Amino acid sequence: MAGVAGGNDFQWCFSQVKGAIDEDVAEADIISTVEFNYSGDLLATGDKGGRVVIFQHEQESKNRPQLRGEYNVYSTFQSHEPEFDYLKSLEIEEKINKIRWLPQQNAAHFLLSTNDKTIKLWKISERDKRAEGYNLKDEDGRLRDPFRITSLRVPVLMPMDLMVEASPRRIFANAHTYHINSISVNSDHETYLSADDLRINLWHLEITDRSFNIVDIKPANMEELTEVITAAECHPLQCNVFVYSSSKGTIRLCDMRAAALCDRHSKFFEEPEDPSSRSFFSEIISSISDVKFSHSGRYMMTRDYLSVKVWDLNMENRPVETYQVHEYLRSKLCSLYENDCIFDKFECCWNGSDSAIMTGSYNNFFRMFDRNTRRDITLEASRESSKPRATLKPRKVSTGGKRKKDEISVDSLDFNKKILHTAWHPKDNVIAVAATNNLYIFQDKIN
Amino acid sequence: MAGADGDDSLYPIAVLIDELRNEDVQLRLNSIKKLSTIALALGVERTRTELLPFLTDTIYDEDEVLLALAEQLGNFTMLVGGPEYVHCLLPPLESLATVEETVVRDKAVESLRKISQEHSPVDLEVHFEPLVKRLASGDWFTSRTSACGLFSVCYPRVSSTVKAEIRQHFRTLCSDDTPMVRRAAASKLGEFAKVLELDYVKSDIISLFTALASDEQDSVRLLAVEACVSIATLLPQEDLESLVMPTLRQAAEDKSWRVRYMVADKFSELQKAVGPEITKNDLVPAFQNLLKDCEAEVRAAAANKVKEFCENLPEDNREQIIMTHILPCVKELVSDTNQHVKSALASVIMGLSTILGKDNTIEHLLPLFLAQLKDECPEVRLNIISNLDCVNEVIGIRQLSQSLLPAIVELAEDAKWRVRLAIIEYMPLLAGQLGVEFFDEKLNTLCMAWLIDHVYAIREAATCNLMKLVEKFGAEWAQNTIVPKVLGMANDPNYLHRMTTLFCINALSEACGQDITTKQMLPVVLKMSNDQVANVRFNVAKSLQKIGPVLDSNALQTEVKPVLEKLATDTDMDVKYFAQEAISVLVLA
Repeated sequence: MAGVAGGNDFQWCFSQVKGAIDEDVAEADIISTVEFNYSGDLLATGDKGGRVVIFQHEQESKNRPQLRGEYNVYSTFQSHEPEFDYLKSLEIEEKINKIRWLPQQNAAHFLLSTNDKTIKLWKISERDKRAEGYNLKDEDGRLRDPFRITSLRVPVLMPMDLMVEASPRRIFANAHTYHINSISVNSDHETYLSADDLRINLWHLEITDRSFNIVDIKPANMEELTEVITAAECHPLQCNVFVYSSSKGTIRLCDMRAAALCDRHSKFFEEPEDPSSRSFFSEIISSISDVKFSHSGRYMMTRDYLSVKVWDLNMENRPVETYQVHEYLRSKLCSLYENDCIFDKFECCWNGSDSAIMTGSYNNFFRMFDRNTRRDITLEASRESSKPRATLKPRKVSTGGKRKKDEISVDSLDFNKKILHTAWHPKDNVIAVAATNNLYIFQDKIN
Repeated sequence: MAGADGDDSLYPIAVLIDELRNEDVQLRLNSIKKLSTIALALGVERTRTELLPFLTDTIYDEDEVLLALAEQLGNFTMLVGGPEYVHCLLPPLESLATVEETVVRDKAVESLRKISQEHSPVDLEVHFEPLVKRLASGDWFTSRTSACGLFSVCYPRVSSTVKAEIRQHFRTLCSDDTPMVRRAAASKLGEFAKVLELDYVKSDIISLFTALASDEQDSVRLLAVEACVSIATLLPQEDLESLVMPTLRQAAEDKSWRVRYMVADKFSELQKAVGPEITKNDLVPAFQNLLKDCEAEVRAAAANKVKEFCENLPEDNREQIIMTHILPCVKELVSDTNQHVKSALASVIMGLSTILGKDNTIEHLLPLFLAQLKDECPEVRLNIISNLDCVNEVIGIRQLSQSLLPAIVELAEDAKWRVRLAIIEYMPLLAGQLGVEFFDEKLNTLCMAWLIDHVYAIREAATCNLMKLVEKFGAEWAQNTIVPKVLGMANDPNYLHRMTTLFCINALSEACGQDITTKQMLPVVLKMSNDQVANVRFNVAKSLQKIGPVLDSNALQTEVKPVLEKLATDTDMDVKYFAQEAISVLVLA
């Protein structure tokens, strides 16, 4: 897996792109979350229109062995509808903020999807048999004379074309006053947490009418509010540990064994600020937009506006690794503030072996960092390179005065094309990158 | 019908069968609940060869349908041809035992357990045991969790080779990768231990128990505490110390509050299971620690057990243990920072007085009761008041009355109406214990004040309270103290208060008897029939209907009838309606 993020021996190539090609994009089609399931066979996306689309990995075909199997639509369903809170006169958007898969428990698949207020548990199941034969109707659906029934017929199950059904199993509502930014399934397989701006709740997956508030940072007086929760996640192995990040650039690790209410953290991760680089924007750009544990559970990664940091859970005072995502924007913060881009919430993800990380940027660029070789690469999700098996060319942004060939100037970056959501297959080198309304799937080149 | 060659008795069954697939869940559910009727009509042969195969694949349905199906199949033995064929029920129940919905799975397991008893020993080994093995080694954890509940029912009835296999399967599940399965195994550990031979309990179960109790997930560890109770009851006293106590001690000091909570919650059962000697040496200090735990949830759970724990202490030195070890902790809990802890304690603390006797109660417990009666949290005070009867038996309530009264008055005027409602409900009990004099002097005004509370639920409860008081103190007392005040409200400018008069009369007439009702209440009711407010007038009609049976026929004919007839011609249609209803109920037409 060495050299995932660039190097001679490894190249990413285009596999698929999903979504319409049209220039004008419908707001509802913008992808708002991307998530592989535990095996990587299913890939779910949520969009601003409240829909969830699930893609399934098809087995590779025998006659074209160079091609890995593709992801094709498996099921599409409307997860959330726009609603109106009459008590507070508030519109509730249908936008899917997060999707989280549950560990598989039987032949069906389960996922949690959430908008700002309501979390839903969906079951996606297959059906390949249909019952046939009625007593009161004949094969064509004509009613039989009820008095001419001479024998009873028990329905018989016949094979039919595969049908995939998505059904809502549970609705977890009315527990969040503020907007839900994260949901995370606990490794005990029976609980999950949901976080909004000021509170974190713990739910049992089978109980919808009750949740436990485990973190509450709402000050008695809202004018004293200085900090909000931006993301939260459960530890992948230890069922009692979770972390949450804040708009102040800090991360708190809590142990649910210690007390029922986790208002006292057990660990506090913060990097001391460099006084020389302090500016008006320091606080805004230090706000953490995403936090993810490594699969091993040893590290966690945080994304702030300009960088990705990897923390060792055993070291609270500074990250063990810091990667600059788009340092060239530091001089542009003023205009990024004016067009609100500075508040964009970029997510980040680990590869299956925790050896590389990926996160998005502007101009449909996304970045990968190899933790072993410390190499990094900028790639672009674009229609131009979307020919089957086309190798992705590394991109460069020129920061100096002179622009070299193949480089793109900072000033010509398109800030409307941003890659906020990406996902990495849990085992293979397959990545899914959401670029506005398109989902790109890339994989490593097999030579 | 003429010429029909069909059998019309088949029609209802045909409908039921077709509705097994109706789009309406309710109809499907209805059909499933009548599955026995369908099976009976089909006969045992067709039930086995057609109906059951169809049902086996019906696991796509809604949970409630599946739940009903799982339950039905548990009672299906006769319908498939008796115990000889009972194994035909295994396939559908097996598929139900793998669905994701816990209630359905549990019901399927319950039915499987039930029909396992109807299997002959041979069938159990040929059909049932293989099913348990299939579930236990299934790919998905849903099937493996279901398997955990089936070991104990087949174990006692199979050969020793199969027994060894079953033990092996259970061992495997106890160390399953998924916490779901380990939890299922931990929760069935006690039950499984009960059917095992004692040697295997010592060799197998104890090691599994120790492993589960030190599982990395606290959700598994806490279930081991429950198993601890059953295992401890199975072992001879001399083995407890070495086999169970190390684990129990460890659980009581677990890093996770949820595990300690579980120990506190199961404390009485644990105490009974380990016996008096270990209780004295081990559980008393453990209990002290739980009462002083840093997590409020744990303290509250332990506080709830104070009375039961003390009651079950060995009698020879019970008083000494309580006085020197438990009471100091209890004293601290009275001023705990957490109100749930205090209110948990308040709900049981009074029970200690019967155990400690009069002198100790007065000297040690009374100050605690008094402190709790003055607690800032209304729930604490309420819990004390609701348990006054225990103290009453030991020292008499008079000892408390000085502090009791201010506490009651304060609760009676609490800003939260639910608190006021709760104290009203204790009034009849208090009145009985404090006696009529004390009541008239101190509490009567409160009871009357509730009648004009601005919350309807309080006024309603207050009327009901008056009725219970009259039942306790008698009609004469009512005539002197309550009735005049109630009737006085009939002239209140607020129509809601005037209606309260009517509601009180409804409640009191029967308890007060014919004399008071006819002479004092009836005139007031009749007079109110001229009220300006229609709501009052139709309540007059309702009241007359209510008190009619108490009145004599003369009063009914001469006084009630004309008034109701007049109300029956009222301009308001509700008044008309209730007047006519009263006329027909009282047969005055």
